[in-house]
Amino acid sequence: MNKTKATLPTLLLRKPEASILLAGIVLVIVFQILTPNFFTDANLQTVSQFFAPWTLIACGEIMLLIAGEVDLSVGQVFALAPFIMHFAMLAGLPVILGVIVALLVSALLGLFIGVITVRFGVPSFITTLGAMLLFNGLTLTISGGFPIDTPAGATGFVLGGWDYSEILWAVVIALGMHVMLRHTRWGLHTVAVGGNPTGAAEAGIHIRRIKIGNFMLCSLLGGFAGILNAFHVTSIDPNAGGANVMFLAIASAVIGGTSLMGGSGTILGGLIGAAVLGILQDGFTLLGINAFTFDIITGAAILITMISNVQFAAWRRRSRT
Amino acid sequence: MSDTTYALEARNITKRFGRVQALHGISLNLKPGEMLGILGDNGAGKSTLMKILSGFHAPSSGELLVNGQQVAFESVDHARSHGIECVYQDLALVNTLSVYHNMFLNRELRKPGTPFLDHKAMRERAAAALADIGVNVPSVDEEVGMLSGGQRQAIAIARAVSSNARVLLLDEPLAAMGAREAGMIIALIERLKARGDVSLIMIAHNYAQTLDVADKVMMVQRGTCTFEGRSAETSVMELLDIVKREYRAAAQ
Ligand SMILES: Nc1ncnc2c1ncn2[C@@H]1O[C@H](COP(=O)(O)OP(=O)(O)OP(=O)(O)O)[C@@H](O)[C@H]1O
Ligand SMILES: [Mg+2]
Repeated sequence: MNKTKATLPTLLLRKPEASILLAGIVLVIVFQILTPNFFTDANLQTVSQFFAPWTLIACGEIMLLIAGEVDLSVGQVFALAPFIMHFAMLAGLPVILGVIVALLVSALLGLFIGVITVRFGVPSFITTLGAMLLFNGLTLTISGGFPIDTPAGATGFVLGGWDYSEILWAVVIALGMHVMLRHTRWGLHTVAVGGNPTGAAEAGIHIRRIKIGNFMLCSLLGGFAGILNAFHVTSIDPNAGGANVMFLAIASAVIGGTSLMGGSGTILGGLIGAAVLGILQDGFTLLGINAFTFDIITGAAILITMISNVQFAAWRRRSRT
Repeated sequence: MSDTTYALEARNITKRFGRVQALHGISLNLKPGEMLGILGDNGAGKSTLMKILSGFHAPSSGELLVNGQQVAFESVDHARSHGIECVYQDLALVNTLSVYHNMFLNRELRKPGTPFLDHKAMRERAAAALADIGVNVPSVDEEVGMLSGGQRQAIAIARAVSSNARVLLLDEPLAAMGAREAGMIIALIERLKARGDVSLIMIAHNYAQTLDVADKVMMVQRGTCTFEGRSAETSVMELLDIVKREYRAAAQ
């Protein structure tokens, strides 16, 4: 075995997670120097609440991207799920069951887009673009377009009431998903399906099952993130989430080192990527940079990392052969 | 018919892909320990036949028998459970996975009683299986995409051989191999034959090599079998004549 020495340059070369982690640390130091209040309890809460939702969604998107698919509609499931919970409770269910029903419905929405994508061979970019509008229309219809309050009680507190609830859920789930990706057959087969669909099928892997399962997982995580967020802000808003949170989730995945071509990706990288986007957003707010400028800067940052990701992967390949 | 039970038998297999009739009724049989070489033009239907034998495609019509029992394969796994393993022409390797993950693709080892992969055991067994065959790879941790064509082919073959299959299907296993590596694979095939319990089908384009290593050969052209014979009684010239005759007939 040719063990590479774990020097910093080789680590940065081999592990996409390492370079984004380094970028994150540099950002934190810069913001701490430029603004005195980065490391305050209040600000850490703000940062963590910023990026917890798109961390959860990024976990689902990473699995889908690895499998060679994408889900653009997950931000709409984010908005829809808390309403499903609300109506389940109106029908007489306790909060906890309302949450479970909402999660089941989220997974079913994933099943729906997964089956359409796989059975009819429509690219998921198209199916989920359609689903985006469909789910959004559904949310607006059942909600009447108005926000409502979340129910009080212990379930809500555990899910999103405590200041660090959301981030705790997000990190625990991300770690669990990391184990699933690297240490279970499901994770390995997801990589195989995205890396070589024909070959995976020839090896006897059920590629449709893997893809549909990952669509369900992504929607489920989107719904869960939506519920956590509703409890956190104590309001169920039909305009929550949407394309914005989906875009940030995919950006986190790609910044963290997940390939848009399928066949490779990392949950830990996505977690760090999500945190970096959160830190950026928060740091700019602290510096008093306005939201429009922020969008320009993050947009450019995402473009640059995406381009360098592709270039970097190609270069890494060349340098190792 | 004699009362031999064949390890694998195919009767009158046809396969149609939409408007393309890839196979027009092909039959073959294999005794335990026997090796069949399949020759034929590009697009003749050889790979399609292999994929039917391996459970990847269902035949449009015809019968398959394993050890004299009729079977209808529902999946690759189903064929595998009958001891049939295939090395596909495209190798079915995942470039972004390591050598050892590819060696155990869809046959992964798990830590007993858990859903978790036993990476260590797979790594060790993969290294042992490759060393056993004499395949040279830098490390079983290397991504398969980093390896040469011949190395990739050797890994695909090692994967099939190390699965303890009773029937091995090899679709152009020597295509990307250098002379030394091809010699190594032929030596491996000969070792398997000497063991006597593995039956083999190999598709190849090199007539001399095929006649040398296989017990019998068949020629597939445009979805039908145009020649069948024992290798010992067949010459390269004879096979070339068949191809020429077929070519002239097609030209008219
Ligand atoms: N999945 C498929 N769908 C449609 N047509 C197919 C499919 N697989 C094979 N064919 C067609 O069936 C015919 C036989 O193809 P096959 O791959 O079996 O040929 P082959 O003898 O293996 O050729 P080669 O020597 O080039 O590997 C070709 O015309 C091919 O286009
Ligand atoms: Mg072929």
